[in-house]
Amino acid sequence: MNSLISRRNLLKAGIAALAVPSLAACNNGAAARGPGEVIYWLWDSAQLPMYTECAKVFHEQNPQYTLTIEQYGWNDYWSKLVTGFISETAPDVFTGHSSKYPLFADKGQVLPIDEYVAKDNVDLSIYQKGLADRWIGADGKRYGLPKDWDTEVYFYNSAFTEAAGISTDQLNSMTWNPQDGGTFEQIIRRLTVDSKGRRGDQSGFDKENVKVYGLGYADAGGGDGQTSWSWYAASNGWKYSQGEPWGTKFFYGDPKFTDTIGWWRGLITKGLMPTYAQAKSGVDVTTSFGAGKYGMTPNGSWMLGTYGQLKQVKTKLARLPIGPVEKRMSMMNGLADTIWAGTKRRDASWAWVKFLGSQTAQDIVAKAGVVFPAVAASMPAAKAAFAKSGWDVTPFLEPVEAGDVFPYPANPNAADVTAVMTPAMESVMSFEAAPSSLAKANNDVNKILAVNS
Amino acid sequence: MAMIFIAPATVGFVVFYIWPTLRGAYLSFTEYSLLSAPKFNGLANYDRMIHDSFFWNALGVTVEYVVINIGLQTVLAVGIAMLMYRLTKSITVRAIILAPYLVANVVVALVWYWMLDVQVGVVNTFLGWVGIDPIAFFGDSHWAIPTVAGINVWRHMGYTALLVFAGLQMIPSYVYEAAEVDGSTEWKTFWRITLPLLRPVLVMVLVVTMIGSFQIFDTVAVTTQGGPINATRVIYYYIYERAFTRFDFGYASAMALVLFAILAVVSLVQLRLLRARESDLA
Repeated sequence: MNSLISRRNLLKAGIAALAVPSLAACNNGAAARGPGEVIYWLWDSAQLPMYTECAKVFHEQNPQYTLTIEQYGWNDYWSKLVTGFISETAPDVFTGHSSKYPLFADKGQVLPIDEYVAKDNVDLSIYQKGLADRWIGADGKRYGLPKDWDTEVYFYNSAFTEAAGISTDQLNSMTWNPQDGGTFEQIIRRLTVDSKGRRGDQSGFDKENVKVYGLGYADAGGGDGQTSWSWYAASNGWKYSQGEPWGTKFFYGDPKFTDTIGWWRGLITKGLMPTYAQAKSGVDVTTSFGAGKYGMTPNGSWMLGTYGQLKQVKTKLARLPIGPVEKRMSMMNGLADTIWAGTKRRDASWAWVKFLGSQTAQDIVAKAGVVFPAVAASMPAAKAAFAKSGWDVTPFLEPVEAGDVFPYPANPNAADVTAVMTPAMESVMSFEAAPSSLAKANNDVNKILAVNS
Repeated sequence: MAMIFIAPATVGFVVFYIWPTLRGAYLSFTEYSLLSAPKFNGLANYDRMIHDSFFWNALGVTVEYVVINIGLQTVLAVGIAMLMYRLTKSITVRAIILAPYLVANVVVALVWYWMLDVQVGVVNTFLGWVGIDPIAFFGDSHWAIPTVAGINVWRHMGYTALLVFAGLQMIPSYVYEAAEVDGSTEWKTFWRITLPLLRPVLVMVLVVTMIGSFQIFDTVAVTTQGGPINATRVIYYYIYERAFTRFDFGYASAMALVLFAILAVVSLVQLRLLRARESDLA
């Protein structure tokens, strides 16, 4: 009998013990956390180990602060973040992207850090040129400290280029223009092989039955064309908008742009690039490249890890072509750490952001060889780390060193602009509309900007 | 006592269905960007909807999907159910037929997405063996909706067949015996006896699957995301885009409410036209 009672009491105690933490959990964790416990979000699982390491070092230097790092995939990340804003459970600090933060800043969800930067005398000159200023919003306030950056190059299948007799020098000195595509198009043509083994520049080439396309593409590029057409257009002297990066008026109707797109989609007609339907029919462009379906595919530096994992092909990097403006132009984008405006832990959050923006943290990131650090002095370590995994990343760095870069077209209405430009570009690439139809899309975009400004 | 027993279900219904529906109805009359308080704007959202070509496109695409999805699925489900009923009573067969339904929607969609790829997909490899040129199932705007519909037919037909099968078992065997005595053929028996007596179950199945079909979302979200161009921008996906990527929650709510009204009307018409309440057995 005695033992029965005690057992019942044990059970009660057990239930009580279970109930306490679950009640606390209902409290969205905010109240349960101490004032020095910061929650940090990122989306790239490949960077989680580096940031865990950073958090450890940060805690050693600042024992009053501790970090909880949470990682969610790109799509979940943004929807969870927005629901977090609404329910006031967003993370104290999160990784921001140029396409997303302007809207969040516009809605007062991101904390301006100007005062902190001034108070702590943060040296903004340690970052790669121009990077820190990308995080100054349309309102002139600073919303984050840069953590990394990216540019674009061509990833090519070196077995295919060797078989085609194309030298590394040829690949790295390509020229391009919207009329005949320059030596770039010649190389693409040479790399294209039909089902009977005839190359694109040989007689009898059957463009209806292509086995290996010279050039692959992921999508029609939407409003930014970051990894699809941005460098062609820019090296043709085109600009996205009046006032970069904070566009007040876009130029998608400009002949410099529509000519570029007209040439680009012409590669489909010539059989050097798959049709839009084929490109969008299933697995992504990188997987198809890995299966030996493309001679080369343009992509951003953040994809180095993914290309490195393609075991069936040997991948190397080639510079972008020199365009009519007589230089190579690449988009330079980057991420930054931003603080949620609703955080109850501003000082702790700032301390973490400042730490992540410091060379100590970026050296840790650089050594992992996953992304290029924003701090210029950390760059050699990153270069060495990439070299160790077999990548000569020079083509990514050159446009930055030369200053021949342009920013991602940031915009508080990015989602609305994308909703117009994505179908418009898809219509052009699938030949359901002429490139000149982009003038109408451009009017729609400018109407959106006019309404919301 | 009765109140106590229905209370849990009622609380759930009110909290998770009635309240969100009412709030959604209210928000449809507001401009609401999620991150700032809703502002009442009367019928402005509904006015916008009438002039929004994307909305009408979404409705058209959704109806195309529903027609293909429900048409094919119902015919196949009745066929499978008849085969099961006439040829086998094996539990194993029933389990196998249900198997696709037990796999998560997103997984089904992704696996088909890979298999149907034009360059590396296994389906196009098979098509190549029989001399058919590769088809860009998801990438071609004419194929995209039939492909999405086909995938969901594949996933749901087994489950629907089981519902129909249950209905078949409710038909008394004496009517079949009578038919046999009168010398009816298998084909005639199916049209004159089975289908009419199956009607109440079929109506239930049609109403439920059609409501589900209008709500097509996940397959599109993990594969085409509305593309190519606007070919698969179904109404649910468009509502989601407006609400959660463009922060146009008021407008999204208005569209959701219109969809609600459409579904209510469609269901009522079906119930009426097909006399769901009566059975020919009486």
